[in-house]
Amino acid sequence: MNSPTCSTTDNWEHVQAISREALGEPLWRFIEECRAKDHPESHLISILHKVQSQYGHLSPTHLDAVAQLLGVPAAKVAGVASFYHFFRLAPRGKFIINVCMGTACYVKGADRIAARLMDELGITWGETSKDGIFTVEQARCLGTCGLAPVLMIDNEMHGQLTPDQVPAILEKYLKKSRSQTGS
Amino acid sequence: MRKKKINLTIDGVPVTVPEGTTIMEACEGLGISIPRLCYHPDLSLMGSCRVCIVEVKGMGFYMTSCSQKVWEGMEVQTNSPDIRQARRDIVELLLDNHPKDCQICERDGNCELQNLAYSMGVRARHFEGKRKRFPLDLSSHSVVRDSEKCVLCGRCVRVCAEIQGVHNLSQHGRGFYTVVAPAHMADMDESVCIQCGQCIAVCPTAAFVEKRSAGGVWEAIANPELHVVVQTAPSIRAAIGEGFGLPPGTPSAGKMVTALRRLGFDAVFDTDFGADMTIVEEAHEFLTRLKEGPLPMITSCSPGWISFLEKFYPELIPLASTCRSPMTMVSALVKTYYAQKKGIDPRKIYMVAVMPCVAKKFEARRPEHYLDLPAPELGQGQTVKVPMTDAVLTTRELIWMIKCYGIDFLKLPDGEFDAPLGLASGAGDIFGTTGGVMEATLRAASELVTGRPADRLEFTEVRAVEGLRETHVAIGEHNIRVGVANGLTNAKILLDKVKAGEPFHVIEVMACPGGCIGGGGQPYPPEGYHVLDPELLRKRASALYAIDAGKTLRKSYENPAVEEVYENFLGSPGSPKAHQLLHTHYAPRFPRGIR
Repeated sequence: MNSPTCSTTDNWEHVQAISREALGEPLWRFIEECRAKDHPESHLISILHKVQSQYGHLSPTHLDAVAQLLGVPAAKVAGVASFYHFFRLAPRGKFIINVCMGTACYVKGADRIAARLMDELGITWGETSKDGIFTVEQARCLGTCGLAPVLMIDNEMHGQLTPDQVPAILEKYLKKSRSQTGS
Repeated sequence: MRKKKINLTIDGVPVTVPEGTTIMEACEGLGISIPRLCYHPDLSLMGSCRVCIVEVKGMGFYMTSCSQKVWEGMEVQTNSPDIRQARRDIVELLLDNHPKDCQICERDGNCELQNLAYSMGVRARHFEGKRKRFPLDLSSHSVVRDSEKCVLCGRCVRVCAEIQGVHNLSQHGRGFYTVVAPAHMADMDESVCIQCGQCIAVCPTAAFVEKRSAGGVWEAIANPELHVVVQTAPSIRAAIGEGFGLPPGTPSAGKMVTALRRLGFDAVFDTDFGADMTIVEEAHEFLTRLKEGPLPMITSCSPGWISFLEKFYPELIPLASTCRSPMTMVSALVKTYYAQKKGIDPRKIYMVAVMPCVAKKFEARRPEHYLDLPAPELGQGQTVKVPMTDAVLTTRELIWMIKCYGIDFLKLPDGEFDAPLGLASGAGDIFGTTGGVMEATLRAASELVTGRPADRLEFTEVRAVEGLRETHVAIGEHNIRVGVANGLTNAKILLDKVKAGEPFHVIEVMACPGGCIGGGGQPYPPEGYHVLDPELLRKRASALYAIDAGKTLRKSYENPAVEEVYENFLGSPGSPKAHQLLHTHYAPRFPRGIR
């Protein structure tokens, strides 16, 4: 009787190699450790944390690789990743713009600041500009109500804003980005 | 150990039930049917829809009767103005986030949400509000996903994971934006979906439906240029009657044939004839493999199973029989042998197959199941690729076509399938139920191996009504180890044993619970039955066994129409021509499933 396993149609080694490459050696080793424990699937969230801290977000390629190497169905892995607010499924920009939509900023016209910002960048809440430089997010109060309306780019505050100031602020960060990449 | 007895009262009536019984189960014993949506007796508990709530004395909130187990002294109230209002509100809130297109919906008149809204007494909409919007996923050949109609009951997620072991679906996102979809919200045809259609069968609404094929069939029938041929799978005759109010398990082949003629098909053939062809080819293949390997030989009739093999167990592909399915064998022979015999240009033949299965729609579009036919108008020696099967209809679609055409099915006289591809043995008939392919194979193999007539025709030990069977069957000097599985979670158990080196000879796998009779294209269950209901499956199977037992022709090898095809066209079983027309090949598919 021939061996039931025929190498010509078996693609596991191929799939495994792609998955390891997508995640990199340390993550793959961590998943192997999880697999050796009872209920490996219970370590899914901690694995996703590690993947996100290394790559900044969880792409379908990363999630598929986790699914294959951990042996948990991809639909489940993706379902978990999409449920928790902490996990990001798309790459984030170089600079994170937090527009304060707290009460004080809101009454001082934060919605107009936000509208101008989105207009300039062509994106909406939670999205990243096409060039990958800016991500726009809402904040619920940055604790600087005296400066309302404010937005925070990475850790820098910009206060007492009018919509017309938005393009210049964006330009400043674009310049910074250009000088960093040297182009 | 006997379970402890629990005493409780339901609507004031004292009742004693075993410990561990749920409120819903206890109510059923008293003839109280609690409304429900996400609950399914054969799937895990979810308790998410809240429709089955009841009042329990002393509790400050309503409890879900599907998930709450009884306790000693419990006092349950299943009916009160408050509880009826609460259930009505819950259903109304579901409707609020649901399209208002019942009259043009595939499930109109057959929808659990619609029925629930009616029985709960929803006669007005009080909660009009924001509605979820999702694009229709039409990417698959078989399964259409319409998330706007989804009520998030999770039955599809559970049937896909628990019964089929495929785990293609999951709830993604959160709250109002929750959606049931494959991983990464991928299109169905880019997912690990094997297109079995069990999600369609268990869906209470039309969030999952089959991709419709009737339009092309109506057009072909109306086209005088085309010779339109139809074939019907074994299990259609066991279930089609349900669509017209006949009790489940009423064999309806005769009326079905007459209905098909009235619809305008030029020839009505029987997939059971193809099943006989399959048996002859498969038995021949088995005899060769018994000597040369590889073993076990695994059946290849079920296209959902074949997709599962290609995505989840690609290393076992060499074990699958190379035989095309009975459907594709009939289609291949119609466009070659029958066309030649009748003197019809095969390109003018439109081949329709009525199947209990939505995966057959996918099978018909696999490039391996296309023929190269001469196209002299393109130049000498030129050919065109033509599908062996042009359109696949589900049992449900055929029922609808018969109703649409105004045919009174119940009053039809019995008709007979056309010759030559309409004659089938009883072995072909039982292909539609679990163990049927195995039983038919054993009938044939026992004669081929021993060289004398089989001492028995029925092999009841291979009918895997419970989903999984393993046994030994003595054939001559061989002690054949057979495995039969239906539902792919059961199939996994056998496949893992094969991988572990257990020496099976033949394995039959049918993707759907109960086999084709429980296929994803079969009628929604009639009143008093539920989807996956073992009783419903048993009744449909009994129709096929009754047809088999009532025939004098019960062995595929003795089918004179099969003999004629070999004598006048194919040569012998396993001949090069038989290989070209009746056999195929498989390849690993991506994405790879996680088993």
